[in-house]
Amino acid sequence: MGLETEDQIEVRDGVDRETIETVQAMAGKYKHGWETEIETEYAPKGLNEDIVRLISEKNGEPQWMLDWRLAAFARWQKMEEPRWAMLNYPEIDYQDQYYYAKPKSMDAKPKSLDEVDPKLLATYEKLGIPLKEQMLLAGVEGSDEPRKVAVDAVFDSVSVGTTFKEELRKAGVIFCSISEAIREYPDLVQKYLGSVVPQSDNFFATLNCAVFSDGSFVYIPEGTRCPMELSTYFRINAENTGQFERTLIVAEKGSYVSYLEGCTAPKRDTHQLHAAVVEIVILDDAEVKYSTVQNWYPGDEDGKGGIYNFVTKRADCRGARSKVMWTQVETGSAITWKYPSCILRGEESQGEFYSIAIANNAQQADTGTKMVHLGKNTKSRIVSKGISAGRAQNTYRGLVTMHPKALNSRNYTQCDSLLIGDKCGAHTVPYIEVKNNSSRVEHEATTSKVDDDQLFYCRSRGMDEEEAVALVVNGFCKEVLQALPMEFAMEAQSLVAISLEGSVG
Amino acid sequence: MLEIKNLHVKLEEDDKVILKGVDLTVEAGKVHAIMGPNGSGKSTLSYVLSGRDGYEVTDGSATLDGVELLEMEPEERAAAGLFLAFQYPVEIPGVGNMTFLRTAVNAQRKARGEAELSAGDFLKIVREKAKALKIDAEMMKRPVNVGFSGGEKKRNEILQMAMLEPKMCILDETDSGLDVDAMKLVADGVNALRSEGRAFLVITHYQRLLDHIKPDVVHIMADGRIIKTGGPELALEVENNGYANLLAEVQ
Ligand SMILES: Nc1ncnc2c1ncn2[C@@H]1O[C@H](COP(=O)(O)OP(=O)(O)OP(=O)(O)O)[C@@H](O)[C@H]1O
Ligand SMILES: [Mg+2]
Repeated sequence: MGLETEDQIEVRDGVDRETIETVQAMAGKYKHGWETEIETEYAPKGLNEDIVRLISEKNGEPQWMLDWRLAAFARWQKMEEPRWAMLNYPEIDYQDQYYYAKPKSMDAKPKSLDEVDPKLLATYEKLGIPLKEQMLLAGVEGSDEPRKVAVDAVFDSVSVGTTFKEELRKAGVIFCSISEAIREYPDLVQKYLGSVVPQSDNFFATLNCAVFSDGSFVYIPEGTRCPMELSTYFRINAENTGQFERTLIVAEKGSYVSYLEGCTAPKRDTHQLHAAVVEIVILDDAEVKYSTVQNWYPGDEDGKGGIYNFVTKRADCRGARSKVMWTQVETGSAITWKYPSCILRGEESQGEFYSIAIANNAQQADTGTKMVHLGKNTKSRIVSKGISAGRAQNTYRGLVTMHPKALNSRNYTQCDSLLIGDKCGAHTVPYIEVKNNSSRVEHEATTSKVDDDQLFYCRSRGMDEEEAVALVVNGFCKEVLQALPMEFAMEAQSLVAISLEGSVG
Repeated sequence: MLEIKNLHVKLEEDDKVILKGVDLTVEAGKVHAIMGPNGSGKSTLSYVLSGRDGYEVTDGSATLDGVELLEMEPEERAAAGLFLAFQYPVEIPGVGNMTFLRTAVNAQRKARGEAELSAGDFLKIVREKAKALKIDAEMMKRPVNVGFSGGEKKRNEILQMAMLEPKMCILDETDSGLDVDAMKLVADGVNALRSEGRAFLVITHYQRLLDHIKPDVVHIMADGRIIKTGGPELALEVENNGYANLLAEVQ
């Protein structure tokens, strides 16, 4: 829109404007609810050892990988689904769904995106991934693009393709699907897989270990600043199919990478399961930024359909002075169960968690973080903004622990909840354990309602009610929105507004 | 331009009656002032005109250029050209002052079927008008009214008015909290906007503001009614003698 901006703030202002325009231009609610008509190959319904073997075979995995999966599956069968979260949903029938779905056209194992079924490529174009990303996705490098974003596109159970692989490889960076990494870089994968989120971690993570089908692998070598942003875009298309992706990021000493994750799914009447695991290993002086805009289908006004999102994400700041920053915007899913965590093992390592969680209509979110301080002089910061509307329930659940050896460590937590209407709920559940005398934990929490005076003030200046709510809520989330990379910030702002449509009046 | 007839207003949630038959007509191009004791209903009148929730109109009407205001949503009234400079401007954390202004300006333009201002044009106009009110770039970046001093908030209201170019401007005690120099800035801001097609309703307690913004008509409001209407001399009388005589006259 030809901004003549003079500084960052004014650019951000432009972003705000664009948000509001986007929202107004959008008549419907969930905009990614369409499906791609494509021939899909499914593994037989249900879950047993044969399915685990089949997934491993489809991915052409070595024996050690299969053994690892089978061990996880055996363990999972003895585990019980956790029920401690403030979430209310009917029993999930793990036998009544598919664990592997792949577009038939991917059988040919396309070597580059040029060979990929145009229908699949069109899907990503239609998903509103910015056109430049689309160009990048199609392998065309726009010469006047100021920024490049490499994309790994995961469609149901398989990665359709990854862009910029060659250019990244020149920098020593490996960015490919995890299935490819298992075949091509088995030593790296074997060394790190399960080293942050062990097989036994929790019910959903263990399930993921057994049946994960694809996801992304990132390796940044020592002293390397990744030359572009990396992103993975997850799309669930097939009906009745769970998506179990696995992401592994390794940042060697002194390296840096910013990684983005986006996700959407078609509107369906039935619930679909998504149980992902993300592991990040960060060595001395390295830094990883991981940003997510989670926009799975949230279900309809009455809570029919929508994704059940049970995700385990963890970063292990193994090295001294290593740093991780999680930023998440959670707008979708019928159920969100997600606690991106930081293990601050290295001395002076730092973890940050910025979160916006929006729950409207019948959505339920139980999300937060864990900051586990193990090393000396470690620091963490948590900024959580929860917004509830309709009949939704939104819980922040956070754990901060300072171990006996984590001397002189600091945590600051700020946790704000905003309520729109009077049928929704916001809950804050902080767990704090400090086991040494020199560390300090600060926790601040607020709960407020969208202020009528603010809305009237906006409206008296000419904004309609939804625009006023969008503006006020965006203001409420500002701190977190600003932590996102620019492209994501725009998408996130409009999502914030779209997710709240129909919440007023 | 603004015609208020026999306006009766009570609070929505209890039976307290605040406006008890207000009659007031403001012609285009004129400046009217309203004075009156604390609690007489001046702010209530301005809120009811701009559509704030919580009040019930039990009788009467208010029209802007012949169109009934009281049926409209607040944003429709704004688009129709009504503006209220709040006695207590509202803070909106996290929303940049500049963003707020641009959103407001473009919302009104859209509602009127006009093209939106480009970011560049908008910035140019805003900078110029902000400068006249001694509002610096820093203040434009800060969240709306958050941490603004009392005087800064009032100047910010005038900036909004200057940007929105309404035809009927209501100023509710915009002078309170202003130092002498700021008062002059605000008055200059208002005077610069005076024109044939625009009218002002200035609510104030003090003659000082009216020294700078010369009113054509002065009304005295007491206990929910306009009890006396006169020329600028009426304001001087209040300044010198208070309301006692005026109130006694009515009884
Ligand atoms: N929401 C409300 N709840 C209770 N009382 C109210 C409410 N709004 C107005 N009032 C009462 O109505 C009366 C008129 O108030 P209003 O604010 O209109 O007075 P005002 O003339 O603007 O006074 P001031 O000069 O002090 O600004 C006051 O007695 C006030 O307390
Ligand atoms: Mg008042």
